[in-house]
Amino acid sequence: MPESLKPETTQPTRPTRRAFTLASLSVAALATASACAESERESGSGESSSSGGGSEVDTFVFGGSADPDSLDPTFASDGETFRVSRQIFEGLISTKPGTTELAPGLATKWDASEDGLSYTFTLQEGVTFSNGKPFDAAAVVANFERWYNLRGLAQGEDLAYYYRSIFRGFKINDDPALTTSLYAGSTANPDGTVTVNLTSPFAGFLASLTLPAFGMQETGAVEAGGGNGTDGSDPRQSAYATTGPVGTGPFVFSAWERGQQLTLKRNDTYWGEKAKVATAIVRFISDGTARRQALQNGDIDGYDLVAPADVETLKSGDFQVQNRPAFNILYLGINQAAPGLGDLKVRQAIAHAIDKDAVVKNSLPEGTKAATQFVPDNVIGYNKDVTTYAYDPDAAKKLLAEAGQASLALKFNYPTGVSRPYMPNPETIYKAISSQLTAVGIQITPVAEQWNPNYLGTVQGGADHGVHLLGWTGDYNDPDNFVGVFFGAQTNEWGFNDQGLFDALAKARTATSEDAQVSAYEDINEQIMTLLPGIPIASPVPSLAFAPGVDGYTASPVQDEVWNLVSVSKDS
Amino acid sequence: MLTLIVRRLGLLVLVLFGLSLLLFAWVRALPGDPARALLGEKATPAGIAEITARYGFDRPVWQQYLTYLGRLLRGDFGASINTGEPVLSTFAQRFPATIELAVAALLLAVVVGVPLGYLAARRRGGLLDNLAVGGSLLGVVVPVFFLAVLLKYVLSIWLGWFPTSGRQDARIDATHITGFYVLDGLLTREWDASWDALKHLVLPALALGSIPLAIIVRITRASVLEVLSEDHVRTARAKGLARGVISRRHILRNALLPVSTTLGLQAGALLSGAVLTETVFSINGIGSYLFDAVNQLDYPVLQGFILFIALVYALVNLVVDVSYGVIDPRVRVS
Repeated sequence: MPESLKPETTQPTRPTRRAFTLASLSVAALATASACAESERESGSGESSSSGGGSEVDTFVFGGSADPDSLDPTFASDGETFRVSRQIFEGLISTKPGTTELAPGLATKWDASEDGLSYTFTLQEGVTFSNGKPFDAAAVVANFERWYNLRGLAQGEDLAYYYRSIFRGFKINDDPALTTSLYAGSTANPDGTVTVNLTSPFAGFLASLTLPAFGMQETGAVEAGGGNGTDGSDPRQSAYATTGPVGTGPFVFSAWERGQQLTLKRNDTYWGEKAKVATAIVRFISDGTARRQALQNGDIDGYDLVAPADVETLKSGDFQVQNRPAFNILYLGINQAAPGLGDLKVRQAIAHAIDKDAVVKNSLPEGTKAATQFVPDNVIGYNKDVTTYAYDPDAAKKLLAEAGQASLALKFNYPTGVSRPYMPNPETIYKAISSQLTAVGIQITPVAEQWNPNYLGTVQGGADHGVHLLGWTGDYNDPDNFVGVFFGAQTNEWGFNDQGLFDALAKARTATSEDAQVSAYEDINEQIMTLLPGIPIASPVPSLAFAPGVDGYTASPVQDEVWNLVSVSKDS
Repeated sequence: MLTLIVRRLGLLVLVLFGLSLLLFAWVRALPGDPARALLGEKATPAGIAEITARYGFDRPVWQQYLTYLGRLLRGDFGASINTGEPVLSTFAQRFPATIELAVAALLLAVVVGVPLGYLAARRRGGLLDNLAVGGSLLGVVVPVFFLAVLLKYVLSIWLGWFPTSGRQDARIDATHITGFYVLDGLLTREWDASWDALKHLVLPALALGSIPLAIIVRITRASVLEVLSEDHVRTARAKGLARGVISRRHILRNALLPVSTTLGLQAGALLSGAVLTETVFSINGIGSYLFDAVNQLDYPVLQGFILFIALVYALVNLVVDVSYGVIDPRVRVS
């Protein structure tokens, strides 16, 4: 072998040596790093066996669709935030599990004054916040005063949304659109009760207190954690709202890994029935199919917003599917500003042309009821004897002819790429309704639009639309939260101006007794169905799904679902 | 070399400045009103007016841009309209998940792709070669999204070998330090957590790595074939060098040059592919967050995230260019 080639033959060892050095260095680095990286794992195991059947698991994993906006429900209005809030916080008033009926929460009873301007609450005794501070009348006053005194950004429409929309104003309004606050003040009485005063009567006051946004928080902790945004910062990003919420509920906050999961631990000092599981986890999975797959794979124990198409698959796979009593309304909106639609006969013709039962049967989840008015039947003021429009294509044709609109041409707006609780599959619903309208001679121009970003902009923001699909999920048992939202003022969505209806709604809002409220809204529901601004279609039933071993979960129409009674067992 | 780096960095600042302008115009050209997207069905005219005024969406676009640029220069990237989370810290929080995924995908592509491409070239026309070429064609053609769904369906739902979504089992009590879950498990000696994170990583990495893998196989193969026919290889053979030495020092080293360029370019593809992969597998990286931001018309997040991604892409390519010098001494000289 020639001399010159020698170095080459020996050289290949160089990279190997270098690689070795590199490898040893990284091992050393890893070892150093791990020396200062302590495991924060708690000792103790995940499973404990119980006397009956399979083994009890002390963790409940629930699949939600997104992260909460923050941990302080004051500044939220979305279901995912409230799902977590309901475990940590409790309000003065709660709902009877599975219904919209009011039930004692942190208040055991309440009395309203004759004039509807003052409410006195008797509080549950022996309740403490999870940081050990007592829950008493002073704490209630502190909460109301906290909301009332919010300033600046905290008053924003997307922050203190519920306080803003229900109480309509703050002590000092930073937005000119706000008015005098409905809240006048509150006092902690010597006998331990608390009195809340209003500036004008509001029929929905008690029901609104069931909202997680009005859950009782430990205001000392809020203050200490910068939770009021007094320095102009976003209160949703305060230390309190991201790591330190303090309430009285059955669970306490433990950890939040954004985009992955949020972990809650049992509150061992909870005054009510203590949670059966030691840990509850909300796992965030945005895609509905992925949530179903995660349940089937055992990654989660249950999930919300089950796609109607998945119900059969899950049932046949031994999973439990629970229907949540419907608290929503799907409607066909009619824009009276569009040509022809200002005529009542035309709207009546549209009502007679639609076969709601067929839509319900063919395009909506099992258990869905057809609607006769713009509120579901579990809302105060639901009118059993409201004017209805039976499916009658001939009557529809006749009415159209009478109106001189035998060949009416309409734009039909519907959204795509979305599934809402009241509208799981808009495309299918559109097809069903549009073919029924075509059958009576109406010419439909379909206008399909992606929900995101601009479907709502088209049907609510502008006037260029004919009929459209939309709906609403109620927040609490108050008809004002349905019909007041839809028809309280002139809007681009409906395009009519009926001062009589607007006034009736404003007046009904201030009813001072439940009886007065019921009769006022029964009248209003009739008035609406005579005016026929749109066609209420149905209240679709949303579903939840659980693994076979999950027990004790009661679905609530207003999503007031607290997990202290939930237990999970795994069949061995 | 140093001047090259300095010059490139200077250029980068200019590029980012131009990009910030383009991005600003682009997000505002997206159809829809961010205030309405934020409020959804709950939108009232007063609410929309309040939010529009708060974010200054009612002001002339150039004014909005100047305000934005002013804040940008002070290091303030703004906050998500949706949740108020600061864009910068959200990016930092989400980036490890994406890096972990991208590195796993790239590692897979290199570890499998280079030997496969090399072997295919050495056995040109053989069964392995045909399989590799055919397979890589499929890898390039099949969309990442489709492959992700397919892999998930077959390997996870059907066969149950891998978890369906997320980065770690919800029930594992894992300590997170760096945000790289596999690494965190090793550092804290929570071996089960590390192993679990690794299992969660396999399918997304396969899906995301498919395109770089296919490209690396093809490029390695082509460039090995080219080098094989060159004079210096023939000379090396003629002077009787050991086969292994020829392969390592004369073929692979030269053949890897184009491969390393490809790697740099693939970094961009990996980041964009991550949007889809992370969405399918519910991984909390920047991709899935960006996907939500587009739907929500979250202007600050869109602007900030895309700017950061561009920065990362540019830096990766700079590193690749510099690494040329390491692999190929000729570059250093010129």
